Amino acid sequence: MFVFILKRLLQSVAVLLAVGFVAFSLFRYVGDPINAMVGQDTSAEERETLREKLGLNDPAPIQFLTFIANAAQGKFGLSYRTSEPVGRMILERVPATLELSFCAAIFALFVGVPMGVYTGLYPRHWTSQLFQAVSLIGVSLPTFLIGIVLILIFAVWLKLLPSFGRGETVDLGWWTTNFLTWSGLKALILPSITLGLFQLTLLMRLVRSEMLEVMRTDYIKFARARGLTNRAINFGHALKNTLVPVITVAGLQLGALIAFAIVTETVFAWPGVGQLFIQSVQFADIPVMAAYLLLIGLLFVVINLTVDLLYFAVDPRLRSQGGAARVAGH
Amino acid sequence: MAAPSNNPPLLEVKNLRVEFPTRRGTLLAVDDVSFDIAPGEVLGVVGESGAGKSLTGNAIIGLLEPPGRIAGGEIRLEGRRIDDLPYEEMRKVRGARIGAIFQDPLTSLNPLYSVGHQLIETIQTHLPLSSAEARTRALDLLKEVGIPGAETRIDHYPHQFSGGMRQRVVIALALCAGPRLIVADEPTTALDVSIQAQIIALLKRLCREHGTAVMLVTHDMGVIAETADRVAVMYAGRIAEIGPVRDVVKHAKHPYTKGLMGSIPSLGVRTERLTQIDGAMPRLTEIPTGCAFNPRCTERGGRCLVERPDLMAVGATRAACWQHDRGGVGPAIVREAVDA
Amino acid sequence: MATGAAFSGWLHRAADSDIWWSFKSSPMTIAAATATFLIVAVAFLSPVLAPHTPFDPATLNLSDGLKPPVLLSADGDWRFPLGTDDQGRDILSSIMYGTRLSLLVGLASVVVAMALGIVLGLLSGYLGGTVDAVIMRVADVQLTFPAILVALLIDGVVRGLISVKRHDEIAVFVIVGAIGLSFWVQYARTVRGSVMVEKNKEYVQAARVIGLSPLLIMVRHVLPNVTGPVLVIATINLGLAIITEATLSFLGVGLPSTQPSLGTLIRLGNEVLQSGDWWITVFPGATLAALVLAVNLLGDWLRDALNPKLR
Repeated sequence: MFVFILKRLLQSVAVLLAVGFVAFSLFRYVGDPINAMVGQDTSAEERETLREKLGLNDPAPIQFLTFIANAAQGKFGLSYRTSEPVGRMILERVPATLELSFCAAIFALFVGVPMGVYTGLYPRHWTSQLFQAVSLIGVSLPTFLIGIVLILIFAVWLKLLPSFGRGETVDLGWWTTNFLTWSGLKALILPSITLGLFQLTLLMRLVRSEMLEVMRTDYIKFARARGLTNRAINFGHALKNTLVPVITVAGLQLGALIAFAIVTETVFAWPGVGQLFIQSVQFADIPVMAAYLLLIGLLFVVINLTVDLLYFAVDPRLRSQGGAARVAGH
Repeated sequence: MAAPSNNPPLLEVKNLRVEFPTRRGTLLAVDDVSFDIAPGEVLGVVGESGAGKSLTGNAIIGLLEPPGRIAGGEIRLEGRRIDDLPYEEMRKVRGARIGAIFQDPLTSLNPLYSVGHQLIETIQTHLPLSSAEARTRALDLLKEVGIPGAETRIDHYPHQFSGGMRQRVVIALALCAGPRLIVADEPTTALDVSIQAQIIALLKRLCREHGTAVMLVTHDMGVIAETADRVAVMYAGRIAEIGPVRDVVKHAKHPYTKGLMGSIPSLGVRTERLTQIDGAMPRLTEIPTGCAFNPRCTERGGRCLVERPDLMAVGATRAACWQHDRGGVGPAIVREAVDA
Repeated sequence: MATGAAFSGWLHRAADSDIWWSFKSSPMTIAAATATFLIVAVAFLSPVLAPHTPFDPATLNLSDGLKPPVLLSADGDWRFPLGTDDQGRDILSSIMYGTRLSLLVGLASVVVAMALGIVLGLLSGYLGGTVDAVIMRVADVQLTFPAILVALLIDGVVRGLISVKRHDEIAVFVIVGAIGLSFWVQYARTVRGSVMVEKNKEYVQAARVIGLSPLLIMVRHVLPNVTGPVLVIATINLGLAIITEATLSFLGVGLPSTQPSLGTLIRLGNEVLQSGDWWITVFPGATLAALVLAVNLLGDWLRDALNPKLR
């Protein structure tokens, strides 16, 4: 088990270095860091001195190491667009994105998984078939379209909920939160549903198909032959066996949520990291793009590691075999 | 050990019919099957795959897989009818009064729970015991089925046991609430040949000690000959012959059974070659009129082609063959002639 | 004559096949195929069918602006059955042209992704060793990120390299390239897997012995084997590619408003949504949803009908 985790850890570092390399190439070769720092009238010599001072004439591997070292301290240079430090710009917007993604994840998990369990246990019931049909539509609708439809219905026509912004937030010093004001909470509803809906349908379909598969296994039949109650069979035996693939997908989807927040934040003018990223793509603001890329890379790596650790908690076969094989055919 | 015939039977199956609706019409997979099992008796049920023996077992424990369903007849356990019980009532019978053992010990146990957890869970479902008492009982059972080091093994997970050890755990699970009957469906087929005999011996010993009856479903005539008190031979959804194991093995009355016995190699007896039955069992869609065995039968008469034989008593056994129609006219007479 | 006979023979076999049978017996699939066909036909015939040429400024009249749909309001105008936007552009015609562009971009990106994936998969599986390791590690890292993010990043990089005006001119190609590059991994993995299986089969060894280029053999024998799975991935990816393009255009980093796809139309409509002029957004949105749903249904059916081990 220890070896397995160590291997995973090394893989994660490799992935991070690869992502860092892409970010570095962007930062160094696509944009020109000097142009962002000086005006039009700066002479060629002054530029050259600055280059030397910033280490831009060093050999590429040294520059890469410097870049990584700076990134590790949250230093990503200045934005081309606003000339602010990129690290601070991102940090200011992290709470908005995390709170939105958190609510969307809770929504997807606590609605999607029960719906999947239900449709898996009673596949022929009409409500299950309704869920299935709705989920197919949910998978086919682009996120932004769902957001627009929700805004049209609940904000424009019914005037029940706000259609943009975070509402009033409370500043806790290092974190701004929506959770402490009524308007902040109301502002969270539509964006969370929009962001979570796709993941909800995905989770529901996954849990359903895993449930259907598990219910056909011999150990479920044997559990019935032992006279266990339906409750124990459905939730103790069947559900636990669907957990391994569900954890994988749910984990990966958590990362996808934060990435997909780009779209939702644009629709709802939500002042998060995703909105910042879109603005930086529109203006080719390379330092912000590079920083965002690294941040997302780090996030995905952390999530993947967490998922691997969760496997050990769920599946005893991994605990004793040192994780030689991932189970359930994935 | 002969069946004590004066006691009331533990299990009575009367005219059981199991059918499967399919796109091309309804298939009758078990057709008018009747038999009894006495308390403590081991009944072997033998036949080729598709003969309906596993379905009969599943019907008894109330776990026919849809769309299969009981279409007629009745099943009684200790005099109480159980084939028409609501799901929840039948659930209380399963595990408590009737235990079950399936073919593959590798897949019968939930891989995510320790064997102790699965034992205790089953015990507490059926018996009013505290967790500590249930654990003690689980431990005793594991010792009884011959798991070495039961005190530590109880907390191990299924994948940490070998196939034979897992089947021992499965037997412990089937026995843990003290059932009167165990339906064992091919309990050794998936195991190594060297382990099969141990498992069968264990099953036989435990059931004798606990006074539990067994319905042993298998296609292995050798296992039946060693273990069973009585044997039922099934063919194409019907019982071809049923009787005390010694009679059926030594003096088979049905041509199909004779064929089956001819195909068992026996130690000590030098035979030129093993006989085999020509042809294959018909599919359920293509069962011929008259006796289902008639296309393969070497002793067939005209009557066998048109009229289906019911079980007829021949000494201690009963066989579904016109040869034994003592009061009647035997296999040679065509039905039209009888009617005319 | 000969071709006619061959064709009717082909038709016969096609009508006998399992695929045709499974198609006929699924009303949902027939509906999806019909819807897809209708949308595609109307979109590609839009220069003939569309009542207006909405993106020719000469034909626009501001006094026609913001007309509501005919059937839902007395203010409607029969010249503009689905209403107009604030510039007086006919929504119906905009949708027809926009759908054509969305479809073209979607199809082109699928072709790019497929070509790239098949070539890389063949190379990876056939050459093995370092090439294989590098290609598959890149695939792994890329799979870590959602496709939309990869496409956004590629688009952003291109914007960093060229001027904004030039970017608008080649926007279609940038988008096709960006989406194509985000979806190649699945094809490459499928083809690679198949190559690995075929590589050690005797006929390939035999071909090597008689001096035929094994690579040629692989192309001839492996590609037919992966046609089914690749086709399924392509159909499912077509829906995804259309959504990705629409999303990029909606975010304002896709196709410019001078060359609007469905996504661009929805973005333009969304800007005036707050004032209650819903039809400018809702009709293109509904078209997009119907198109993607129909394509997805076809993809699901194809996957079940061909039943390759895809999940």
